[in-house]
Amino acid sequence: MKSDMAVAQREQMLDHTARLSEATAGDFVSLLKPRVMSLVIFTAFVGQILAPGSLNPILAFIATLCIAVGAGAAGALNMWYDADIDAVMARTAKRPVPDGKITPNEALAFGIILSVFSVATLGLMANWLAGALLAFTIFFYAVIYTMWLKRWTPQNIVIGGASGALPPVVGWAATSGTVSLESIVLFLIIFLWTPPHFWALALFKSGDYERAGVPMMPNVAGEASTKRQIFVYSILVAVSGVLPAALGFASLYYGVVAAALGIGFIWYAWRVMVVDDATMKPAKSLFGFSVLYLFAIFAALLVEAIVTRVGA
Amino acid sequence: MDDNNDRIRPTEAQLKARRSRNIALALALVAFVFLVYFGSIFKLGPAVFNRPF
Repeated sequence: MKSDMAVAQREQMLDHTARLSEATAGDFVSLLKPRVMSLVIFTAFVGQILAPGSLNPILAFIATLCIAVGAGAAGALNMWYDADIDAVMARTAKRPVPDGKITPNEALAFGIILSVFSVATLGLMANWLAGALLAFTIFFYAVIYTMWLKRWTPQNIVIGGASGALPPVVGWAATSGTVSLESIVLFLIIFLWTPPHFWALALFKSGDYERAGVPMMPNVAGEASTKRQIFVYSILVAVSGVLPAALGFASLYYGVVAAALGIGFIWYAWRVMVVDDATMKPAKSLFGFSVLYLFAIFAALLVEAIVTRVGA
Repeated sequence: MDDNNDRIRPTEAQLKARRSRNIALALALVAFVFLVYFGSIFKLGPAVFNRPF
């Protein structure tokens, strides 16, 4: 009996200490949240291009890479900490940690190592303001949002949205060495865009969040209140979108495009508020449009900056 | 008791996964070496040779 227990204990120990990993390189790549990373790369790149001054193209490439890897590292730390709730949500159950492909400790080590290397490299290759801002972004996402806000308050993604909004500021700082009003406007656009984007998702995935015990707005304040708040934020998004033209660092052409996109955003949010559809089709449409909106706004700023530089 | 019984024999899937991780790690290290090398050259410019001995 005693020897049976000893064998069982030894097998259990071997299972924990000497388990050979079946995680492929692709599993580690998926820890970096590649889809989120693509938006981070794009907005950070636009911030770099819009900023005054110039950075050698090779150094600019390295800076973008560092910001992308830093954002990915924050994603890995998020997946390490949130493995328990990811496991009960259909949308996230197949992530490598809850799926058992990568152990939590591997995800933690991967996230910390990439965080340190991305911040240090950005600091050395661009400047230390950009490095410090990237470190703050990772800290805000992994600690303030993931460990504190996400499970505590329905305002989680409102405040936590700051981490997703910082990449263009980091990009701007990498090129110019400063943080100016223009970069804060870029921050504001993404910061105000985040709540309607995630609440639209939460409306048609509220069961997922409820099961995981995450206090998203639809579970806490109810659908009607969430829809009203989405509509209010959509107005703020539309206003923030035209700010670059109003403040004079983008042209009237950009202003017209941003205003049209903003009106579209408000229209989709209006439909979410007034159309009573059990299938949540309006919320799904708003979610899709919100992704398009952010991409289009930053693409318009990028195109204008390139055209201006080529024409100069 | 045969010592070999204590050894862990990797399965085919584990060997394949390890190979994939090793290749990715090698590529990442090589990329990082190039990144630091060329980054230093472009960051410092001609001053890269202007070092006190």
